[in-house]
Formats: sequence, structure tokens, C-alpha cells
Amino acid sequence: MTHWIIMPIVLPAFLAPFIVLAARYHIGIQRVFSLAGVAALVVLSASLVWQVSDGSVLYYRLSDWAAPFGIVLVGDRLSTMMVLLTSVLALFVLLYAIGSGWDDRGRHFHALFQFQLMGILGAFLTGDLFNLFVFFEVLLIASYGLMIHAGGNERLRAGVQYVLFNLIGSTLFLFALGSIYAETGTLNMADLSNRVAMIGAEETVGIRIAAVLLLLVFAIKAALVPLHFWLPSSYAEAPAPVAALFAIMTKVGAYAIIRVYTMIFPPDLEATMGLHEVWLLPAALVSLAIGMIGVLAARKLDRLVAFSIIGSMGMVMVAISLFDPASIAAALYYIIHSTLAGAVLFLIADLVRTGRGNLDLTPQQPMIGTHMTAGMFFAGAIAMAGLPPLSGFLGKLLVLNASFEADLMVWVWAIVLGSSLVSVVGFARAGSVVFWKAHGTPVGEPVEGTGKPAALSYVAIGGLFALLVAHTVFAGKVHGYTTAIATELFDHKTYMSIVLETPGKLSDYKGGH
Amino acid sequence: MELLVASAIGVLTAAGIYLVLRLRTFPVILGMSLLTYAVNVFLFASGRLTIGAPPILSDDVTTYTDPLPQALVLTAIVISFGMTAVVVMISLGAYLGSDDDHVDDQPESTGSEASQ
Repeated sequence: MTHWIIMPIVLPAFLAPFIVLAARYHIGIQRVFSLAGVAALVVLSASLVWQVSDGSVLYYRLSDWAAPFGIVLVGDRLSTMMVLLTSVLALFVLLYAIGSGWDDRGRHFHALFQFQLMGILGAFLTGDLFNLFVFFEVLLIASYGLMIHAGGNERLRAGVQYVLFNLIGSTLFLFALGSIYAETGTLNMADLSNRVAMIGAEETVGIRIAAVLLLLVFAIKAALVPLHFWLPSSYAEAPAPVAALFAIMTKVGAYAIIRVYTMIFPPDLEATMGLHEVWLLPAALVSLAIGMIGVLAARKLDRLVAFSIIGSMGMVMVAISLFDPASIAAALYYIIHSTLAGAVLFLIADLVRTGRGNLDLTPQQPMIGTHMTAGMFFAGAIAMAGLPPLSGFLGKLLVLNASFEADLMVWVWAIVLGSSLVSVVGFARAGSVVFWKAHGTPVGEPVEGTGKPAALSYVAIGGLFALLVAHTVFAGKVHGYTTAIATELFDHKTYMSIVLETPGKLSDYKGGH
Repeated sequence: MELLVASAIGVLTAAGIYLVLRLRTFPVILGMSLLTYAVNVFLFASGRLTIGAPPILSDDVTTYTDPLPQALVLTAIVISFGMTAVVVMISLGAYLGSDDDHVDDQPESTGSEASQ
């Protein structure tokens, strides 16, 4: 049994307290360790992806107890891909945080950052529903700290809303887990998959309630309308590198929906029939529309980006809720794209803040470093709005293509294409107000507190753009890989047999006391 | 006993939701605590209610209680305790900073962001 698969969880878990205990007053040492840790994570997760790329499944029993009694970690192609995406994103976000000096504006940024990574990576790797809850809590409690990093009244207010909303989500998650355990007597995902299929047709009341509760919890995480109200203010008020890292957090919800609703409650399960077409798809379409209308209506650049995240999550959820291999493959392709594009836009919004001091969408004098920032915003907007030549366009094409067979195909096409147009107008309006109209306004004294962004900030954003370009150029390969993932998800025999049939430690009962 | 436990969970949940909907920091935190108590009892009951039965294997016992929900509840209690502490600190900071304990955005106090 190889231990590599637990390393992405153990490494940040040890690094974070080390940073707190040993390097509390030395921001330089903190940066070195944090950066080295994330770089090691990238290498680790790349090697995990390489190990499972032939369709094998990595499997780890904690304390060697066999499933379903012990907690297991499972790395198949889907989870390792998400792990790699997270660590690569974290690397560039960390570079930006160091370059822009955000990590020095409050305390313990790097320790919280590592705990956040631990939670996210654990949520991707675990094969146990209760363990998923625990990792959700780890990532949430770290995100509470990161969200209010550097303080300020507005940020604290938004932080309270964010924390309370997520606490209610966690409570709901526990209710769902309790009902699942009461109905089936297990919380291991592979074991649940077998047992849920065995529930008789007339006894499905409890499990149906549990399935819907669980979907609600994941929909809160994925910011699906009408459960999206926590997202705009918290993402807009969070420090820019934190908001960029949060771009992966909504995808944790999407990942959990893909995992649980292909494995435990597959689309052909009679008890939960209609959950996806009747409820999830309309909600996803409304999210897409509301997100992109929000882009058009926003009065500040950070709100605009936050609403574009809601819109792109709507897009991901539209693809997921069609629930066939082609649409899941499209969703996974779009998840990678929207994570990178969302992160890039949050970082660019911070460049604007650095250059002119605020993010209001009003004509002001040209900001410092306006040419570079304007060019980057242009490219980021193209990516997010889904125009050619960047990968958002290909992702939308794949989603549209996958929806050909769907009953609501007309609605999907109308809303996807209509919302694209709305978002193009929204981004164009924001870009022209912030960058073009600036040249017509009289130049006065430079605003206090502004300055030129650091070179490292540009490197971080440039790196994310390079990934987006690579995601476009190698779209065929990536889509082939996501198609393989989707096929594997709907035919999960390897996963099941490895988790349920590998023997573990036996407890030695000698009787008596 | 089932009726008693079920109605207790129901009353706790209802009171928790009512308090959360008050949208002022103090009632909301109290409501969240009531909700977590409710969910803890609910988790506990998910392994079926048994009286006076041991959770550990031994030779002279025939009925057992399920030990797993107890472990789950323990985890949930610890997590919710920590979360409550965090939310108390953050909302205290927000209240002291802005002299306002509304949880939702107030149109007049947020100025230029009233549209949101």
C-alpha cells in the first residue's frame, strides 16, 4: 500500500502549525516555507495524476481498517485531477499574495492558507461522507480566517454573513448524514452505493429526504440560485488572493455533487428519479442567467467578478444536471476553465485597486500601470464571457453539444447563448468605463495609497493565463481525459471493488472482558 | 421515548430557525447553537434508541447500542463548539467596528452598496 495519496493532506497539516509555531514573526521565513510546501504539493499531485492516468484507483486505509469500518482515502482520476487543479491554483495565488504584500497585512495568512489547502484536498480525496463533512469544516474554518484577513469593518460584516450561512449549511449537512446513516447504517460512499440500490421501492421516504438535503448542502457550496446569497458580498470583500483561491471552493460543491450523484444516487436510481431534470437543471439555468445579469448590473468591479463566478457555476451546474457521460465530461472541462478564469479576474480586480485606489465603475483618471492591467482585463473578460479564442468558448460549445438530447434543450441553448451576450455587454461596459473613459478625464494628483503593482503579481497572473492558453491549446487531450473520467464515474466497478474488497486489519476478539 | 426525543428535536429546530431569522447577531448565534443541539440529538438518535445496552462486544450481552453515532456526535459537538467560538469573535468584531449588530445589509448604513 502506497502512502503517497495521504501526503497532500498531511503536508499542509504539518506545515501550518509549524509556520505558526516556528516562524510567527518572520514573514520571510513564512513565505519560503509556504511556497516550498505548495510547490511540493504541485509535484505530489502531478505524480498522483500520473499514477492513476491509466484508470487505476489509488486507495488508502487509515490505520489499516478496511472499508466500510475505517475511513478510506480514494484517488481516482476525478479526485486527483481536482487535487492537481487546486495545488496549481494555490501556487499562483500564493505568488500573487506574496508579490502584492497581502500576506503581510494581517497575521497568520500562510498558516490559514495551508489549512485551507488541507481541507480542500482532503474533501477531494476522501471516500467517506462523514469525513467529507469534517474536511468541509476544516476548509471552512480556515476560510473564515482568510476571509477577514487584514480586517476592516466592511470585511467583518461580510465575514459574519459568510460564516453564518455556512454554519447553517453545515447543520443541514449533519441532518443529511444522520438520515443517511439511519436509513443505511453506513457512511462509506462505495458501501452506500450498494446499500441504497437495495432499498425497496416502498421504503424510500427517508433516503429521498436525505438525498435532497445533501443536494441542498452541496448547492449552498456551489452557490446555486436561490442559495447563492452568501457569495457576492463575501467574495467581493475578501482579500483578492483569498477570493481567487475561493474560486476552487465553489467547485468543491460541484465535485461533491458529481461524486455523490453518480455513485450513491445515480440518475437511474428510482428513488431519486427526476431530481436532476426537474429541480437541478432549472435552478442551474436561473443561476446562469442571474449571474450574468449581475455582471451587467454591478456597480463595482469586485461585485462584477463575484457575479460572474455565480454565472459560471450556473454553467457548470447546467452541464452536471444533464447527468450523462458527455455532459459530465463537458462540466469537468468547464470546471478547470472557470476556476482559472475566476481566479485571474479577482487578481486583476486587485491590480485595478492597487492602481487607482477603488473599484467603482465610474470614469476616473488613468490608473498606474493602466496598459498592462487593461490588456489583462480584456483577456480575462474574454475567458470568462466565453468568447473565442480562449477555453471558455470551447467549454460552452461542449456543454451545448451535450445538451442536444435533453428535454429542455431549447431553454439550455437560449439561456447559455443569451447570458453569454449579456456577460459580454457587462464586461465591455466595465472595461470601457474603467480603462477607456479614464483617458478623457483630467489628470490630477495621484490618489493616496496607490502604487505600481509588483512584478511578481504580473508573473502570477501571467502564469494563470498561460494555464488558460494551455487549457485551450490542449483542449482535445483534456477533453479526452475528462471523457475518460466521466465514463469511469458512470461505470465505477474498479472503484467499488478496490474499496470494498481489499482486506484490512482484523480486530482480534478474544472474548471476555 | 421516541416521541419525546423526536419532539425535542423538532422544538429545538423550530426555535433555532425562529431565532436565526431574527437577523440580529445575538439571537442568530443563540439560534445556531439550538440548531446544533438539535442536530446532535438527531445524529445520536440515528443509531436507534437503546437503553442500558453496551456499545462494545462482550460475551454475556445480546443487545448492543450502535457506537458509531456516538463517535459522530462527539466530532460534531467539537466542531460546532469551535465554530460557535469563531462566529462569536467575528460578530463581536463586526459589532464593535460598525456599532450595528444587524446580520443582513442595511440599506442606509452601506451607502454606495445599497443596490446590493
